[in-house]
Amino acid sequence: MSVAAPPVPTRTYRRLPAWAPYAVLVASLAVTAGVLTALNGFTIASMFFVSAIVYAVAITATSTAVEGRRWATDRLATTLVTFAFLLAVIPLISLLWIVIGDGVERFGPTFLTTDMVGIFGSMVEGGVAHAIVGTVYVTGIAGLISVPLGIFTAIYLVEYGRGPIKRGITLLVDVMTGIPSIVAGLFAYTMFLVIFGPAYKAALIGGIALAVLMTPYVIRSVEEMLKLVPNELREASYALGVPKWLTIVKVVLRTAVAGITSGIMIATARVIGETAPLLVTVGTIQAMNWNPFDGRIETLPVYVFRQYAQGGPAADRAWAAALTLLLIVMLLNLIGRLVSKFFSPKGGR
Amino acid sequence: MKLATGRRMAGITAISALALTLAACGSDSSADDTTDSGDTGSSEETGGEDMGAELSGTVAGSGASSQENAVQGWLAGFMEANPGATVTYDPTGSGTGREQFINGTVQFAGSDAALDGEELAAAQERCGGTVIEAPLYISPIAVVYNIPDLNDTNINLGPDTIAGIFAGEITNWNDPAIVEANPDIELPDLEIVPVNRSDDSGTTENFTEYLAAAAPEVWTHEPSGLWPVEGTQSGAQTSGVLGVVEAAEGTIAYVDASRVGELGSVAVGVGDEFVPFSPEAAANVVDVSPAAADATDTILTIDLARDTQESGAYPIVLVSYSLACGTYDSEEHASLVQGYLTYVASEEGQNRAAQPDVAGSAPISDGMRERVNAALETISAG
Amino acid sequence: MATTTPPQDQSRRGTGERAPGRLGNVIFKGISTTSGVMILVTLAAVAIFLLYRAWPALVANAEEFADVSFIEGNLWEWVAPLLFGTVLAAVIALVVAMPLSIGIALFISHYAPRRLAQLLGYIIDLLAAIPSVIFGLWGFQWLRPLVEPLFAWLSSNLGFIPLFADYTSPARNITTGGLVLAIMIVPIITATIREVFLQTPRLHEEASLALGSTRWEMIRQAVLPFGRSGIISAAMLGLGRALGETMAILIVLSPGYAINFFLLQAGQHNTIAANIALHFPESSGIAVDALIASGLILFAVTFGVNMLARWIINRRAEFSGAN
Repeated sequence: MSVAAPPVPTRTYRRLPAWAPYAVLVASLAVTAGVLTALNGFTIASMFFVSAIVYAVAITATSTAVEGRRWATDRLATTLVTFAFLLAVIPLISLLWIVIGDGVERFGPTFLTTDMVGIFGSMVEGGVAHAIVGTVYVTGIAGLISVPLGIFTAIYLVEYGRGPIKRGITLLVDVMTGIPSIVAGLFAYTMFLVIFGPAYKAALIGGIALAVLMTPYVIRSVEEMLKLVPNELREASYALGVPKWLTIVKVVLRTAVAGITSGIMIATARVIGETAPLLVTVGTIQAMNWNPFDGRIETLPVYVFRQYAQGGPAADRAWAAALTLLLIVMLLNLIGRLVSKFFSPKGGR
Repeated sequence: MKLATGRRMAGITAISALALTLAACGSDSSADDTTDSGDTGSSEETGGEDMGAELSGTVAGSGASSQENAVQGWLAGFMEANPGATVTYDPTGSGTGREQFINGTVQFAGSDAALDGEELAAAQERCGGTVIEAPLYISPIAVVYNIPDLNDTNINLGPDTIAGIFAGEITNWNDPAIVEANPDIELPDLEIVPVNRSDDSGTTENFTEYLAAAAPEVWTHEPSGLWPVEGTQSGAQTSGVLGVVEAAEGTIAYVDASRVGELGSVAVGVGDEFVPFSPEAAANVVDVSPAAADATDTILTIDLARDTQESGAYPIVLVSYSLACGTYDSEEHASLVQGYLTYVASEEGQNRAAQPDVAGSAPISDGMRERVNAALETISAG
Repeated sequence: MATTTPPQDQSRRGTGERAPGRLGNVIFKGISTTSGVMILVTLAAVAIFLLYRAWPALVANAEEFADVSFIEGNLWEWVAPLLFGTVLAAVIALVVAMPLSIGIALFISHYAPRRLAQLLGYIIDLLAAIPSVIFGLWGFQWLRPLVEPLFAWLSSNLGFIPLFADYTSPARNITTGGLVLAIMIVPIITATIREVFLQTPRLHEEASLALGSTRWEMIRQAVLPFGRSGIISAAMLGLGRALGETMAILIVLSPGYAINFFLLQAGQHNTIAANIALHFPESSGIAVDALIASGLILFAVTFGVNMLARWIINRRAEFSGAN
């Protein structure tokens, strides 16, 4: 998206050469390093911040002098956007780095295929097989409930709803995003307590709790995506005599499928790592439980929490379990991407 | 609508479970609704296993997280000996454990505090009469500090000094009161940062009980599971506290002794001497402590002698009880709970938990074991 | 994307199915409307349950809380500081996270080379999945040591401003908590904003550039106005998570129950959600009711915040493809 200078002979733009920003960057880094070392304040963090400020000032000043105010503003904006990006990405990368770095130590095929029966004290064995099954069950149940519910609600909001009911539901969806996760857990817990008595514990309860958390996320992102489908497409479809519901299924949903898949992935990712509601609803257990409708079940986030709380060699298992969770989400993401690639119309970006 | 489907399916499983339970247990006695439905869910966990075999099936427990590490050792040992049995323990916290025990969610519970009058009455109703409370987990609470140069030695602190530090009155490690008790150690000029548990915990309750009993003039707060001083550094659960202590120098905190690790620990002043924590010293204080006022043959609660002057006794101790019923509705639950707790109380079970890498707890004395076993004998189905 | 139309065969099939289309319309509309109503029902169920469980605490007076270790005085005296802490942490998080998220989203959608952008988008999506426990541990072990020198510097040089007074080490204060929350919500906000930015009509952008705009001017003229509703929506998502976040705050913060703006002091603030998680395991009876009442109040606050946000959005007509 580079902008070539328009070939207007009467006006000449004076532009900085392409290497200029890099030169300014190197100069800024050098000056900052020099000054900080002189002041004895050299750390990676201070270097990063101070040089960023120095660079921003320098490039803006240079650009103002050579190119004028508008281009200087553009360069400043570029600098700030890049800086914001780096500022946020560095901690996030470090987080990934820690999870992977600390996780690989215990991670391996054995870790993925064993459970925690008979593991205690300083034993380094044990694994997450039972927790993976639990997480798949709980998240799967949540997804089965909230994905259709969320997509149809979003369709209602964008395609059918109007007037106060639409506004009401939109508001309620917003409110629903604000339900604290632990409260959702308490809700599911008590609902089942009333219906099945206190001894009933199952992945199902956790699934319901997560569905309460996940649904508004699905609605929100799907709604945004549907809104972005240009009306021209709908109108073209209607003009060809396609019924509304088919227009929605074949035109609107297909146009938005990449965004919808990504939204569902985000929603899944958002709830798959929830700890608090699962602590309340499904509890924790050392052994494998294949039945999602009865009995306590272990889940990865709860496993991470409990293992970390135990300390010692268990803490290594906590990191390895976090890595496992990350890999599961990566896999989900990959599937999501394939789905959207397969279904979305060609062209555009 | 999906919600409704899910519920219906669960309903179907629950109903089939009910049928299974009725078939397995024969005539169900006239238990009240709560226990009956409680029975339903958990019996179903056994799936189609043979219920007639000895010590097989499933029981669930929940409660004190302080016991977690020890319980894992016990579960491993018990299930190794009884491969057909599945015992679970959900470390939800003592309060939830007591509540779940009373409402029938679990068949046994771990609790850092004895049942109070109201809870005991409710528990007796749930159990059809007898409730068993056995002090099966005795763990010293260590006062730990992080001063890198001194982490290998035990700094001596008397009760009044400990109370002064945690009340915020003694604020530097070279305070005269500390220097006086430690003539051989060179104490740094370092600010003391007391760290406490932010959650409601048996550890805090036992520690504040100790402070209130041993240093009543300095520590004016009531004993409580929740730390009474505000504006302090704190962490949730033992791991959280340890995290804070490791994060800054000059910190001091109280944690379960099994988790001391690389940190330094205080030798606590008892009488004229200073006693570092050890399982033996902790067992010692339990032995000299009298039974609680409301104790019976099955309720083996202890009134810990916090202000003991006994030589070699370590007074900051956490006693965590195991709760069980005298009567269970099903034979399976009765025999499993009895078998499991008998294993826990056995020398093998207690020694397993006492290993430093398991829980570092103090084994109960032989006298206590006899009384616990006598109480566990009374467990029956009916 | 705006210029592409669906393949022809679809429209042909559509005309062929005109008669069943009517029935399809009815069914489809019915399902969609039912789903919308289900939201209402679900939310009503949650609200009714919360109210049902919280009611004894809401009507209780100070004496009834005498046995509850963590409540002194009546319910409102107890909740007020928690509510304050919750909002304070969420505001810090949002103030930090919004510019960062918009920056990242812009960088990915309009600045970075396409291949790099896809990779970055992927990484950001992954981060949304990291359990909050891990964010908490990371915040405590990695972020805290990093910000401690900064806090110490602020406190010693700008300590005369009450905001920065009396920093206490280790930095288990509300600012650290807010920063961890900010990093937690950045992936969620970014993911939504990025998708919206990517949907900016290509023609708008090209028109702007053709008129001689710089890239930044194009963004201001075409991208940002188009994405405004999406940005606010994303902010609400982030705020929702920040308000309700439990485990990370539990791990990072030394809780306290004061109402003040000492941002760098430990043991001064706590959030409602973290407080529920902290006390729930050891609570029973009226204490549980009180904790759930605090959850209800948080719920009400979110309701209010969302009303406000809606009102702000609705003051100007919505800018989207479907109007």
